Amino acid sequence: MSKDNIPVLEVKHITKRFPGVIANDDVNLTLQKGEILALLGENGAGKSTLMNIIYGLYKPTEGEIYVNGKKAEMHSPKDAIALGIGMVHQHFQLVPVMTVAENIMLGAESVKKNGLLDIKKVSKEISELSHRYHLDVDPSAKVEDLPVGVQQRVEIIKALYREAEILILDEPTAVLTPQEIEGLFEIMKRLQAQGKSIIFISHKLKEVLYISDRIVVLRGGKVVGETTPQDATQEKLAAMMVGREVILTVDKAPPSPGNVVLEVKNLKAKSDLGEMALNGVSFQVREGEILGVAGVQGNGQTELVEVITSLKKAEDGQVIISGEDMTNASPRTITQKGQSSHVPEDRHAYGMVSTYSVADNLVLNIYNLPPFAKGITINRPAIIKHAEELIKEFDVRTPGPLTPGGSLSGGNQQKMVVAREFSRPIKLLIAAQPTRGIDVGSIEFIHNQIVSKRDEGVAVLLVSSELDEIMALSDRIAVMYKGEIIDIVPREEATRENIGLLMAGVKRGEKV
Amino acid sequence: MSSPTRFKKTSLIALAIAIVLIIVGIVVNLLPIPDDSMWRVLFGVSTLNFTLRATVPLALGAMAGILCERTGIINIGIEGMMLAGAYAGFVAKVATNSWPLMPSLLFGVAAALLAGAAMGYIHALFSIKFKMDQIISGTFLILLAGGLTAYLFNPDMVAEGKFSPIAIPFLSKIPVIGDIFFNNPPITYTALILVAILHVALFHTKWGLRSRAAGEHPRAADTVGINVNFYRYMNTTLGGMVAGLAGGFLVLEAVGQFQEGMTAGRGFISLAAMIFGNWMPFGALGAATLFGYTQGVQNALLLAGVVNIPRHFISMLPYLVTIIAVAGFVGRVRPPAAEGKVYETEGSSE
Repeated sequence: MSKDNIPVLEVKHITKRFPGVIANDDVNLTLQKGEILALLGENGAGKSTLMNIIYGLYKPTEGEIYVNGKKAEMHSPKDAIALGIGMVHQHFQLVPVMTVAENIMLGAESVKKNGLLDIKKVSKEISELSHRYHLDVDPSAKVEDLPVGVQQRVEIIKALYREAEILILDEPTAVLTPQEIEGLFEIMKRLQAQGKSIIFISHKLKEVLYISDRIVVLRGGKVVGETTPQDATQEKLAAMMVGREVILTVDKAPPSPGNVVLEVKNLKAKSDLGEMALNGVSFQVREGEILGVAGVQGNGQTELVEVITSLKKAEDGQVIISGEDMTNASPRTITQKGQSSHVPEDRHAYGMVSTYSVADNLVLNIYNLPPFAKGITINRPAIIKHAEELIKEFDVRTPGPLTPGGSLSGGNQQKMVVAREFSRPIKLLIAAQPTRGIDVGSIEFIHNQIVSKRDEGVAVLLVSSELDEIMALSDRIAVMYKGEIIDIVPREEATRENIGLLMAGVKRGEKV
Repeated sequence: MSSPTRFKKTSLIALAIAIVLIIVGIVVNLLPIPDDSMWRVLFGVSTLNFTLRATVPLALGAMAGILCERTGIINIGIEGMMLAGAYAGFVAKVATNSWPLMPSLLFGVAAALLAGAAMGYIHALFSIKFKMDQIISGTFLILLAGGLTAYLFNPDMVAEGKFSPIAIPFLSKIPVIGDIFFNNPPITYTALILVAILHVALFHTKWGLRSRAAGEHPRAADTVGINVNFYRYMNTTLGGMVAGLAGGFLVLEAVGQFQEGMTAGRGFISLAAMIFGNWMPFGALGAATLFGYTQGVQNALLLAGVVNIPRHFISMLPYLVTIIAVAGFVGRVRPPAAEGKVYETEGSSE
């Protein structure tokens, strides 16, 4: 790209202040035509704020935006759309009860001469777009019936329908399965080949190195560096993001397994839809070892954790914790008597109360015990003191213990959950997707915490759909496939290839 | 969340009730059944006529509710909007008693619409600009209308004349159906046509698509450049107008006079009809018909004097059916997702 090329988008000296926070601090950014620019940064680094400014949702406190060399006045997304900017938001902006066609035309409706909506014409245009960019969607399907990956395609078509030349994809891979991510990358390459310019926001290093032409790193609202995939490595990028060296591999000593803490025998359970999700699962987890449960999402992992923690009823089989049968016991019995901790898969639904303060979230499972409870009343000072200690120990970045949990960044919310679950004396730790959707720095921290729990002699059951995480932490790896444990492999014998085959349902020794 | 088809069903049930009623009505009235038979009492032309008259204000109230709630503004103040419309229509009619009847009545209708619109606008202002709890704002409107009209009402004022039926050529000659549907005063026709118009407008026009988006997922609407609060102001005001028309109906077409608290809970039954009808215009019409019918039956039973049940129990009927219908169906309907939530443009996420 020569110097005299006018960039399709140029952001100059953007500063955005929210009450008490500077989300963007003098940010400069250029995007060339046909380029995939990755914007990398931890949660809370200001990526989404910057994109919302470019899309006209937020007004910058200072700074200017130029589109195709011309200064752009942005007062609402309407102006951004008119300038050919399209955005796929991290949380999809689709109306669930409406059809694909209705969602795509919303705000840019085609109307027949009699004043009624021209669904036919819109559907035809959608079909053309989906054909041209290989974005398969059914215009008459209802959005709420579609899988997440397809909803994302709808969002992309929504932008293309408005003739977007610049596409902003805000953390598009966060909600996708590995297969869907590959599909998305193909789509992005095809869009690039057709001359579209893309800003790709992510905090996943591998993805950024794989797909982008240029990488800009944001930290604390500032641009801290710019590089290309050729010049960068994962370690370099991680250090730029976090501002210090990050160790991406986990250092751990060999395990020294002791007595059996968790034993699961022939466990059977149904999914929420009423289908069998667990078909007789059996395994043991010992003191001082990490059993990793790998598998493509939706093969019964969620149900397994829910049954062990008693959030779901077992149809058959047994859950034995420290020698005691705790099948279908109350969750409180399992946490308190079973001395177990649970880091749930969906932290918003099961791990925290978003509107409660950090301090209250930190005592959610012990508020009824002294010193936090005095008779029937709550001992505020004790709760706050407890919170202050944990915030320090677990490095939860929050303005204070009374800040609502929901206003923290994802990584810090997860650290808050981990702080609560790890700070009690426990014998069993059940961690489901403990690092989903959080940044590199927090992942490193949580991984180290899990390993140190193991070294203290805690039995750890780790469920993750990230194979890297399973490989990095586990001492033994159980692979789930269609509601069964298809095999349990010692870490020394596990490779990405043989675990991958097991995840696809191919047993050891079988031919593909 | 279960499949969306289940949610549609309640509105179909409501509509089916109305259709069955009409068919049974036709059959009963065409068969040579003796006049004192229970069938005649329950499904006679006069009962069904009364049903329609009782249905109109409920249907209009429900349409008012749908207009507001589909864009995300809860409106429990319909009762108050109706009463304000009724009083304004009455005062306007009395003030123009010297005019020829038709212009005077139309002036009354205009006043009712205006009063309703003003109430709707106040509700929108409270809910959107001042971010007041929408239930509180609605309750305020009910109390305001009730108190103010009672205070201002002068029992010496008398409105002269009301809308009389207009027979539609040919159609009114059809047996039974003609008698029930095509020989009515103008606001009744307007109400029925309005249901159809609202259905088409909500589901097949740009306005409807945007309005529903504002009520389901306002941020999605905002990100494609739709001014969410503009639609909320507009539709809440329009909803107020329609509720005002329901009040105008009571004074200018049904009773002919104003009475203190004359809406008698119709605004609330309208809300029940809206919920039972799953926020769909035709579903709500069906539900309103069911509730209207119970009033028609109540009337017919009291007139016929056929039963030895105390009349108070019969008078309870409409309210009882409303409670049963709402209690039985409320878990199966799906209100607009963003209902009752203030939408703020900047800084609401992150």
